[in-house]
Amino acid sequence: MAARIIQKNTTAFKTVDVDPISLDLIENALKNARDEMDATLFRTAMSPGIREQGDAFPLIADHSGLMLAGQFGSFIQGFLNNFDGEIEEGDIIWLSDPYACEGAVSHANDWLILMPVFVEERLVGWGAMFGHMTDVGGMVPGSLPTNATSIFQEGIRVPPVKLFKKGVKNDDLLKIVLHQCRMPDWAGADLNAIVAACRMAERRVIEMCERFGVDSYISATNLLLDRNKRAMGHLIETSIGEEPVSFEDFVCDDGRGFGPYKIKCTMWREGGKVILDWEGTDPQSESSINFLLNENMLKMFFGIYMIMVFDPQILFNDGFYDLVEVRIPDGSLLKPKFPAALSCRTHALGRIFDVLGALLGQRAPEFLSAAGFSSSPHLMYSGYDENDEWFQLFQIGFGGIPGRPFGDGTDGHSLWPGFTNVPNEFLEAYFPLRIEKYESIADSGGAGLFRGGNGISIHYHFLEKGTIAIHDDRWFIYPWGVNGGTPGQRSAKAIVRVDGSKEILPSKCDDIEVNKGDVLIYDTWGGGGWGNPLERDPELVALDVKRGLVSKKGAKRYGVVVSKKGKVDTEATSKLRGEMADSICTEVFNYGPDLETLRKNCKKETGLEAPIQPTWDKKSA
Amino acid sequence: MSYRLGVDVGGTFTDLLLIEDESGKTYRSKVPSTPSDPSQAVLNGTKRICEMAGITAKELSLFMHGTTVATNAVLENKIARVGLITTEGYRQVLQVARSLVPGGLAAWIIWQRPPILAPLECTVEIKGRLDSHGKVLRELSEKNILKQIKKLKAEKVEAVTICLFNSFANNAHEKQVEEIVKREMPGIPVSVSSDILPEKQEYERALTTVANSAVRPTVAAYVQNLRNELRAQNMDGQINLLRSDGGLMSSEQSEELPVALLMSGPAGGVTGALWAAKNAGYDNILTLDMGGTSTDVSLIENGTPRLTRDTEVGDLTVRTSSLDVKTVGAGGGSIAHVPEITQALRVGPESAGAVPGPACYGKGGEAPTVTDANVVLGYLPESLLGGEMKLDVEASKKAVQTVADALGISLMEAAAGIIDIVNENIFGAIRLVSVRQGYDSRDFALMGFGGGGPLQANAIGKLAQSWPVIIPMAPGVLCAYGDATTRMRAEMARSFSTRLDRTDGVALEKTMDEMAEEVRSQLSSQGVPRNEHEVQFEAGVRYQGQGFEVVLPVRQKGFGKTGLEDLANALHKEHEKLFTFRLELPVELVNLRVTVLGQEANVSAGKITKGDGKPDKASIVKTTTVWMDGRKQDAIIYDRDKLKAGDKIKGPAIITEMDSTTLILSDHIANIDDFGNILINPVKK
Repeated sequence: MAARIIQKNTTAFKTVDVDPISLDLIENALKNARDEMDATLFRTAMSPGIREQGDAFPLIADHSGLMLAGQFGSFIQGFLNNFDGEIEEGDIIWLSDPYACEGAVSHANDWLILMPVFVEERLVGWGAMFGHMTDVGGMVPGSLPTNATSIFQEGIRVPPVKLFKKGVKNDDLLKIVLHQCRMPDWAGADLNAIVAACRMAERRVIEMCERFGVDSYISATNLLLDRNKRAMGHLIETSIGEEPVSFEDFVCDDGRGFGPYKIKCTMWREGGKVILDWEGTDPQSESSINFLLNENMLKMFFGIYMIMVFDPQILFNDGFYDLVEVRIPDGSLLKPKFPAALSCRTHALGRIFDVLGALLGQRAPEFLSAAGFSSSPHLMYSGYDENDEWFQLFQIGFGGIPGRPFGDGTDGHSLWPGFTNVPNEFLEAYFPLRIEKYESIADSGGAGLFRGGNGISIHYHFLEKGTIAIHDDRWFIYPWGVNGGTPGQRSAKAIVRVDGSKEILPSKCDDIEVNKGDVLIYDTWGGGGWGNPLERDPELVALDVKRGLVSKKGAKRYGVVVSKKGKVDTEATSKLRGEMADSICTEVFNYGPDLETLRKNCKKETGLEAPIQPTWDKKSA
Repeated sequence: MSYRLGVDVGGTFTDLLLIEDESGKTYRSKVPSTPSDPSQAVLNGTKRICEMAGITAKELSLFMHGTTVATNAVLENKIARVGLITTEGYRQVLQVARSLVPGGLAAWIIWQRPPILAPLECTVEIKGRLDSHGKVLRELSEKNILKQIKKLKAEKVEAVTICLFNSFANNAHEKQVEEIVKREMPGIPVSVSSDILPEKQEYERALTTVANSAVRPTVAAYVQNLRNELRAQNMDGQINLLRSDGGLMSSEQSEELPVALLMSGPAGGVTGALWAAKNAGYDNILTLDMGGTSTDVSLIENGTPRLTRDTEVGDLTVRTSSLDVKTVGAGGGSIAHVPEITQALRVGPESAGAVPGPACYGKGGEAPTVTDANVVLGYLPESLLGGEMKLDVEASKKAVQTVADALGISLMEAAAGIIDIVNENIFGAIRLVSVRQGYDSRDFALMGFGGGGPLQANAIGKLAQSWPVIIPMAPGVLCAYGDATTRMRAEMARSFSTRLDRTDGVALEKTMDEMAEEVRSQLSSQGVPRNEHEVQFEAGVRYQGQGFEVVLPVRQKGFGKTGLEDLANALHKEHEKLFTFRLELPVELVNLRVTVLGQEANVSAGKITKGDGKPDKASIVKTTTVWMDGRKQDAIIYDRDKLKAGDKIKGPAIITEMDSTTLILSDHIANIDDFGNILINPVKK
C-alpha cells in the first residue's frame, strides 16, 4: 500500500550541472520561503496556541519527500508509504491520525496539511505544515485527556483525505470534522491559515522552477541534500565514538498514579553510521503519555542537536538520513501499538531532548548542557462566561533554560523554537481571569558556574466557575545538573480556594472544578546547573540576590555568604567554599536523590503520593 | 530671504542641503562625520553651506535634522540607568519578557541574551491594581510608593519609567505615581507608559517606555547642545528632528520622546526617495539605500511609504511607528567567504567597514569585499571621487582570487558570484517589504541611492522585475533631501477590543474627535498652525480571535453612519488580498490611530538642460572592459554632470559622479529625464 502519484508528464528529471552560485541562491530562496510560510500562518491563524505561541511547523520538501527547509524533518515519506490512493495536481491532503502516517503527527490535535507542487504536470516538491488545534473533541476540553486509555477517547482522527481534490474543496468533509470540535471557528481558521501557508510554499517552489529551470532546481535540491550529508558525515565521524554510550531519563508518572516511565537510548557509530537504539525503554503506558515517535523526526532532532552543539553554521535538511539508524522496540512507550492513547505525548517528547543532549555530550562534557525539558506544561480553563458564551483557554507555560556550556540559562523562557507567552493583559481582556503574579521563582534554577534558569510562578485568579486541566512533569524526578552543577527545582501546582484552604494538585489532572475567586498557583521547573557552583564569581551571585533571582539562603549553594546589605562577605565565603569543596558532585551528571529516596520523601516534599512502579504483563513487555 | 536646511548624519559623511524657500534653489555639501560628537560635523557643515550660499545662520527659518544619536546610544549601550516602577506581581516583566528564544530547535543552547534595559535591581513593584477595563480593583498607597522610590534612589537611577498593569485602559494611577516621583526625584526625567504607548501588552509597553527613558539623557544632551550652538549663531528659526516614521518633530518634543528617533537615519533615505520619485513622476517605488555595511529597503505605495508598528535596533524591538525599512548586512564592505565544511559562497554580514575597508582602498584590508568584486569586474573605474582616490585593482584581484581558489572557479566567475549573492540577499529584503506584504514587486519602480545603490540597482531591478530602475540626482545626499522636504507629524493610538457589531459608531466618532484634538494641540504647541493640520485616522481590525490586525484607513466624517460597515467590508477585501481567503466571522476593532501632519514643503527639483538624445559629449572613457553575462564586453564611461535631458545610454555603461557610480547592464537602456534622474529599462526584444 503506497500512494500513486499521477503525473501527465512522466519525463524523468535530468541531472544537470548547477553552478555554486545558483545553488546558494536556491538555498537562500528556500529559507526565505519557509519564513514566509510562518509569517502567513501567524498573521491569519486564530487560536492563541498557534498565533501567539507558535505551535506549528512548516516544511518544504523535494519531490521524493525529503525536507529541504523546515525544522522537524520530513514526515512525507511516512505518509506516502501509508496512503492508499492517487495524488494528482490540485490535491491537498489533510490528516491528523498519528497511526496513519507513522507518527508524522504524534497526537490527534496536530492537523497536518500536505500539498504536492506540480510544474509542467510533474511533481517537483511538497509544501507541508502541521499545527496544534485547541480542541478536536473527545472526552475533555482541549482534547488532551490524561485519563484516556485509547485514542478513541481523544477526539476526532482525520485519516489521510483530500481536503481539495483537483483544486475543488470538500466542504462537507470540513463541516463533519469541525462539527466534532468545541472551538470550530478557531479550528476552521487555523486550518485555512495552514493551507494558505502551504500555498505560499507552492508559489515559491514554482517561481524557482521558472527562474532556474525545473532540471536545475531538482538537481540543486539534490546537491543541497548531498552537501548536508557530507557535512554531517564529517561531524559524525569526528564526534561520535564506536563505543556505545547510554543515557536514561524518566517521565515522572502517567497521570493515573503509576511511574516513573524510563526512556533509554544507546548510541554508537558503525563506520560512518550512527545507531540510536531505544532498547531498555519501558513498555507503553495504559494512559495517554505514549509518544509515537517518527523515526525521521528523531533523526532530525538528533541532527539539529549535533549541529547546535558542535557547529551551528551547518544548514540542515534531510540529506543525512542514511547516516542515522533508529531502532525503537515495538510496544514501547515510544512505539505504542494501536489504539494506545497518545494525546499527552508532550512529556516524552520533551524528555527525548534531554536524552539526546546527554548522549551527545558524554564524550565531550564541556559541550554538555544540563536538563531542562519538563515538557511544555499546559493549562486548560473552560466554562461559560457572564454572557453565557463558551470560553476555552489553552496555554503553554515555560520554565528555566538549563545551564549551558556558554552561560547561564534564561529565566522563564521557552525551550521550544518560536514559542512565546501570551501577554497577560491580553488574557485578562479575553478570558474571565486575572494574573496576580507572573515572575520567576528564586533559587529554582540549579546552582552552577552557569546557573540554571528559574522556573515561573503564575497565579491565576479565576473569575468564573469552570474546569481546569493541567499537564506537567518533572514534579518527581529532578532536572539534572552537569559537570558539578546541581539539579533544578521541581514543578508544583496548588490551588487556594476562595475560603482560604489550599489543595495540592497533581502534575497531570483533568476536570478540576474551580470557582470564582479561586487562585491557582502554577509553578514550573527550573533548569539544571552547569559546572562547579563554587567557581561562580561571588559578585555575580550577590547580584542575583539583589535581583531576587537567588535568595540569600540559595546563595549558600554557591558557597557565597551575602551580608545584610547585600554585599559578599569575602571571609565567610572563602570559609564556606572550603567546607563545601568535597560536597560537589564529581560525576558528569547530578541526578539528585535516587529513586528510592525520592519515593520515600515524596509525600513530605511534594504533598503528593509517590507514583507506583508500573508493571507489565509478558504480552506487552 | 528665508532658507531651510536639511542635515543628515551618516556613518562616514554628514550631508547638507540648503534650499531657498521661494526659488527652490539648492546648495549641497558633504563634510566628514564626527562620530565622537556628531554635532560638530553638523555645525561645521552648517557654517560651510551658509558660506557657500553667502548667507548667515539667521536666515535659516527651518533646520531639519535626521540623526542616529538615539540609535547609536542603543547600539553602543550609552544608555541611562533606568528605574522601572511596575504593578505588584510584575516586577520581572522585562526579565521574563515574551519567553521567546530566537532561532530554531535547540537554539537555546547557544543563545546569548542581551542585557535588560532596566536592570532588575532597579525595578520595583507597587500596590494598586486595575482591571482590563480600567476599573480600580485596589488603590495605590502613597506610603508604599515612597518606600519603593527610596530603593530607586539608592540604586542611583538616572531616569524613571512608570508602567503599571492595564494602564492602557486608565492612566490615573500612572499619573498619580508620576506626580510623586517628580516631587521626590527632582531633575530625573520620568517616562509614563500611558503617554508613550497607551496600548495593550504589558511587556511591549514597558520595554518601549523603558527604551525612551534609556536614551533620554543622551538625546537631550545632544539636542540641547545643538540648539544652544545654533542659537549662538543667531539661528532663531524652528529646529526639527526626523522621526522614525518619516515625520518631523520639534527638538523640544524629541527630548521628551526620543524613542521616536530610533530609526531617524533610515527614514531620511525613504523620505528623500519619496521626494525624488514625485519629481520623476512615480508613485510606487521600492527604495534601495546601500551603504558600506548594510542596505536599507522599503516600499512606497501611492506616494505613501509603508509604516510598521515596530522599530528594531540591534537586539531591541520597541513598539513605535517607523517606516517599514528592512536592513540587510549587505554593503560595499561586506566580506565574501567560503566556509570549509559546506563549501558554500557566503557574503556578509561581516563587513570590512571604513577601516580597513575593501582591499582596493589600500588601507590594509585584505578580505574580498563586494566593492572588490565590482572593481575586478570593471564596474568601478580606477579613479573614484573625481580622481581624489585611486583604487588598487591588483589588491582587489588578489583578494577575490582567494574565493575563486576555494571554489575552484575563475577569478571573474568568483567576482560575479559575489555580486550575485549580495544582490540576492538584498532581493530577499525587497521581498520582505513587497511580496510578503501582498505587493507584487513588478508593480513598482526601484530607486537606488546611497554610496552603493546605483551600482547594484539595475541587477536587483532585474531580479525583482521592477522597472524602471531610477537613480535620482545626488544619490549620495538623498537623505538630506528627505530631512528638508518632509512634514511635521504627531500621532497617538488607543487600544480597543470590541466587536464591530457591538460598537456604537456615533460614540466612536466622538472618541476620534477627542483623540484628534489631543494630537492637534500637541502639534500646535510645536509651532504648526491649526489651519495647516491634516488629520488622518487608521483602524486596526481583525477577525475576532486573530492575533494580528490589518490596518486600514478610516474617514472620521460621517463615521457614525456607515463607518463600521465600511470597515468590516474593507477588512474582508484586504484579508483576501493578503492571505487568499476571507472568513465569515465577527470583526473586532483592536485600535484606532490618529496622525496629524503639517504642511508639505514646497521644494521642487530644478530641471536640467535639454540635449539632443546623444550622450557622446559626456563620455570620459570611450571603451573600458567589463565582465558581464559571463564574458568580456566593452563599455563606455560617462560623467553624470555632463549628461543632458533626453540622453539615451545603452548598456553596458558606467556613469560616474562625485560620490557614486551607476552601472547599466547589457540589454538595458538608460534615459535621462528632465530633472536629471537616470531611468533604466530593459531593451525590448
